[in-house]
Amino acid sequence: MNNLISMRDLSKKEIMMFMQTAAKIEKGELKPNMEKKLAALMFYEPSTRTHFSFATAMKKLGGQTITMRGTSNSSVQKGETFADTLQTLAQYADIIVLRTGIEGSARYASEVVDIPVINAGDGANQHPTQALLDLYSIIKTQGTLENLKIGVAGDLRFGRTVHSLVYSLADFKPSFKFISPSFLRMPSYIKDDLNNKNIAYEELQEIDQKIEELDVLYITRVQKERFADPEEYEKAKGSYILKRSMLANVKDNFRVMHPLPRVDEISTDVDDTQYAYYFQQAKNGVYTRQAIFSILLGGSK
Amino acid sequence: MTQPKQIKVNAIKNGTVIDHIGSGKAIKVLEILNLKGDEVVMVGINLHSKKYKCKDLIKIEKKELTSDEVNSIALISPHATVTIIKDYNVARKIKLEIPEYIENLIQCPNPKCITNLEKINSKFRLTADETTSVRCEYCEKKYKIDEVNIHI
Repeated sequence: MNNLISMRDLSKKEIMMFMQTAAKIEKGELKPNMEKKLAALMFYEPSTRTHFSFATAMKKLGGQTITMRGTSNSSVQKGETFADTLQTLAQYADIIVLRTGIEGSARYASEVVDIPVINAGDGANQHPTQALLDLYSIIKTQGTLENLKIGVAGDLRFGRTVHSLVYSLADFKPSFKFISPSFLRMPSYIKDDLNNKNIAYEELQEIDQKIEELDVLYITRVQKERFADPEEYEKAKGSYILKRSMLANVKDNFRVMHPLPRVDEISTDVDDTQYAYYFQQAKNGVYTRQAIFSILLGGSK
Repeated sequence: MTQPKQIKVNAIKNGTVIDHIGSGKAIKVLEILNLKGDEVVMVGINLHSKKYKCKDLIKIEKKELTSDEVNSIALISPHATVTIIKDYNVARKIKLEIPEYIENLIQCPNPKCITNLEKINSKFRLTADETTSVRCEYCEKKYKIDEVNIHI
């Protein structure tokens, strides 16, 4: 594998290879050596967490990173094309990690340069490293990716993360419960794809409805700005905020996940229950990205 | 018995006949053909068709289509037929097929797609599940073929 651009490119077997490599790195069974490697982190769009996670992963492998942030300090402002910026950075680095607001920019970058490219988010399109770390968190807590009951709550209409998650699980025979305010429901083109693949799903409006059936509840942020009326937001709030009192009858293996940052959709009294998994999830992001670096740079052999 | 008066579209000596174009789509087909401006062109719109009830037809003298042009016609009207005429006879029939991979003929409708922001060729692929939709290789959005702009 030369690049990581889209979950669409990955077979089930390749997904499992990332999972196994991340697990071996976490357990210390695999210690890829990236001592002579340099990753260029090109972040045209701010994302502190994703940036930190990639930088941490590379440093833990013994490698180095250089960072380009925004466009204000670079020659992009002087009119340099995206292709030229990429070509130049490719002369210095061994791998490019790219985040932009432009859909398809990572695919294009992979055509322009001859070093590996990792897509760290291209607008509303793909964020495959987030999807892989979510899958890694699921397999770690559930022991498998197959036949799970997954609840997905929050902004299902615009949430890139939940769309990727739903697609990446599609080959593992899941059943879904989609929980959202009515105007933030899962888009119909995704539901059509699920119907075509015979994947069961149910749409709910309250976060604790059928929570006792779930293995994983994946919660995403509902942005206040999505609501036309602030009063509507206040009203809807109660139906998608997870509270400790709702966890009384959940299964033992039940875990709550969230890509972070959270605002108020998980009440802080959930944090010290055995079901809270969102901070470990962030840690899993580092193992997953270590695995991605080592697979793309060939250090895992 | 007198025959009812009919205006016939003239036969052409050398050139191309594009028949069975979806009705109303002839103008769009003309737009994507690289015509120099001095060709003799005959266009029929909403003609009677046994097979499709209604069809459009284009005859162009002294014109042979490029493969890009043929592929674009397939995208606009998949049932169209293309016949090359030499000396009033059918010299060759070209079968239209929507190509699986379509480079630079479709403008991606997504304004946030990189193909609309950088000077790069668009690339589309027919989606595996159906033959009436294409997916942008860059932004990965799926569109019905009727929704996209075809250009050469």
